[in-house]
Amino acid sequence: MSILIDRETRLLVQGITGREGSFHTTQMVEYGTNVVAGVTPGGRGKTVAGVPVFDTVADAVGETGANASIIYVPARFAPDAVYEAVDAGIPFVVCITEGIPVSDMVPVAAYVKAKGARLLGPNCPGLITPGEAKVGIMPGSIHTPGPVGLVSRSGTLTYEVVDALTRAGLGQSTAVGIGGDPVIGTSFVDALRLFQDDPKTEAIVVIGEIGGSDEEDAARFIAEHVTKPVAGFIAGQTAPPGKRMGHAGAIISGGTGTAAEKIAALEGAGVRVAESPSQVPGLLREAMAG
Amino acid sequence: MNVHEYQAAEVLARHGIPVNEGRVATTPDEAEEAARAFGSLVAVKAQVHTGGRGKAGGIALARTPEEAREAATRILGMDIRGHKVGKVFVVPGADIAKEFYLGVVLDRPQRRTLVMASAEGGVDIEEVARERPEKIVRALADPLLGFHAYQARQMAFALGIAPDKVAGFAAIAQRLYETYIAEDATLAEINPLILTGSGEWLALDAKMSFDDNALFRHPDVEALRDPAEENATEVEARRSGISFVKLDGTIGCIVNGAGLAMATMDAVKLHGGEPANFLDVGGGASAEQVAKAFGLVTADPNVRAILINIFGGITRGDVVASGIREALGRVEVKVPIVVRLAGTNAEEGRASLAEAGLTAVDTMDEAAAQVVTAAA
Repeated sequence: MSILIDRETRLLVQGITGREGSFHTTQMVEYGTNVVAGVTPGGRGKTVAGVPVFDTVADAVGETGANASIIYVPARFAPDAVYEAVDAGIPFVVCITEGIPVSDMVPVAAYVKAKGARLLGPNCPGLITPGEAKVGIMPGSIHTPGPVGLVSRSGTLTYEVVDALTRAGLGQSTAVGIGGDPVIGTSFVDALRLFQDDPKTEAIVVIGEIGGSDEEDAARFIAEHVTKPVAGFIAGQTAPPGKRMGHAGAIISGGTGTAAEKIAALEGAGVRVAESPSQVPGLLREAMAG
Repeated sequence: MNVHEYQAAEVLARHGIPVNEGRVATTPDEAEEAARAFGSLVAVKAQVHTGGRGKAGGIALARTPEEAREAATRILGMDIRGHKVGKVFVVPGADIAKEFYLGVVLDRPQRRTLVMASAEGGVDIEEVARERPEKIVRALADPLLGFHAYQARQMAFALGIAPDKVAGFAAIAQRLYETYIAEDATLAEINPLILTGSGEWLALDAKMSFDDNALFRHPDVEALRDPAEENATEVEARRSGISFVKLDGTIGCIVNGAGLAMATMDAVKLHGGEPANFLDVGGGASAEQVAKAFGLVTADPNVRAILINIFGGITRGDVVASGIREALGRVEVKVPIVVRLAGTNAEEGRASLAEAGLTAVDTMDEAAAQVVTAAA
């Protein structure tokens, strides 16, 4: 078991013939992900890393039974790619693309939800169930199967923590990057609910950052619904207010969204919050030991 | 991206919102001339990308053109919260009967656009939200259908607006929402929105910010950018596709990934140092990007040491290391450099950096401790 993806996942890649799409398709196939189809309008008949390319998502789903999609198309075309995937009946869509305008994402997020589908991202590294499937751009080699569910708003910071966990002998059930934008499809709370319900996940790591109040919502959810041990880290304790720190959503505005508030909220919910990413495995072991 | 009040007012006017038509002045002469043209009491308002202008003395009333000149002489060149005043907006005085607040923002947890209003206009809305939250009326726009007329009317009635003024308020609220959506704003705010003595609605002040990710489809908004309000290094970084934010410390940071870049700044602080910047070179950390990053970081005279923190993922550590060596061949760096390289093929990478005489370490904490010592 794991959450959202496993070896049964039949993955479709939207934007498969692009530079990013073709590179990461090869990486995902080498990892062992069951990539069944790709889509690039006008690309029918081509193959990328042995994966057949179709013109439309509907064609790809009809011919291959794809049940998850990953999107590598440029920002101005990405919202349309999400609509195409959802309308073709794909229940789980991962959007890697960075730089999508918020005014496009507001209706996209609402539409996906109304259709009963799930969106991960955008502006995220994707997710990985070690040893089974990698649906994203993370380096597969640093992951190892195990009992820790990890959810994060970041990319390389997630790799940092995963690497530390793996070296400490703590493997991962699934590692999920929810994305650094202000409007995202899957929140911390959504991921926490899935980890709480996943029998293979024994402990959870939450990696947050400044901006918004998703971590505070996560803290409330943990206090009320999560029985598994949780450790965390919040990036941006030294970030100045009013400045966007790389991620579109990483901004302290009107005095809210600070790291201090998020750390206090998580600690109030019993989460062990690390001062540095390297402390996460130790704190998690303490929490797991009760 | 932020714009000045006078620019925000122009955008609102284009969308049919009644604004107080003023004139921009960059010299006391121009301010005097503008006041004379209006022939009435005027307000002389500093144009800077920060709030709190009134408290800082950046807004003055002038009864005569001469007073307007004096006010402009005092305000132009003033420093308001680190922003130097280069322009003033001269606007005719208004006959204020009642002040309101009206704003449109993103409600992140709800993933919807939020329209907010208050009958306590003309004051700091964040303060109202903190101390008297019941004084703020809110309506969430439907993400697929938008902001309905009835929602705008409902807000007006909740604010206690007289029945014959409700339609006027609702029209402005709807137009402000439409402006926000059409222009890809992240904030559209009128504070105060006033009712004049003769019963007219008028936007007396305007504030707008725009979504950087949407500027590609708004060249007219991009044209409103004021380079004087931006840090020159941040502008240069943006052109190179690097995220950079200037800070006040002494340790320059070059990192791949935004989250890791923030965590690196925090690690520097945790070990007793102060970061000089936030810098995300992007995932790949190519020689070209690293060379540009060196240029940006060393442009800051406060920088006494540089910490490079790269987690080699898909891009292998040995490739990153040769990129750093190549970058150092192109840019002269006179301060000590500590490199933290981890991930795929990191050992090979560190060996290659050590050959080049650089300090290369394995963990972020170790790197932070070393760079803080190097900068001391």
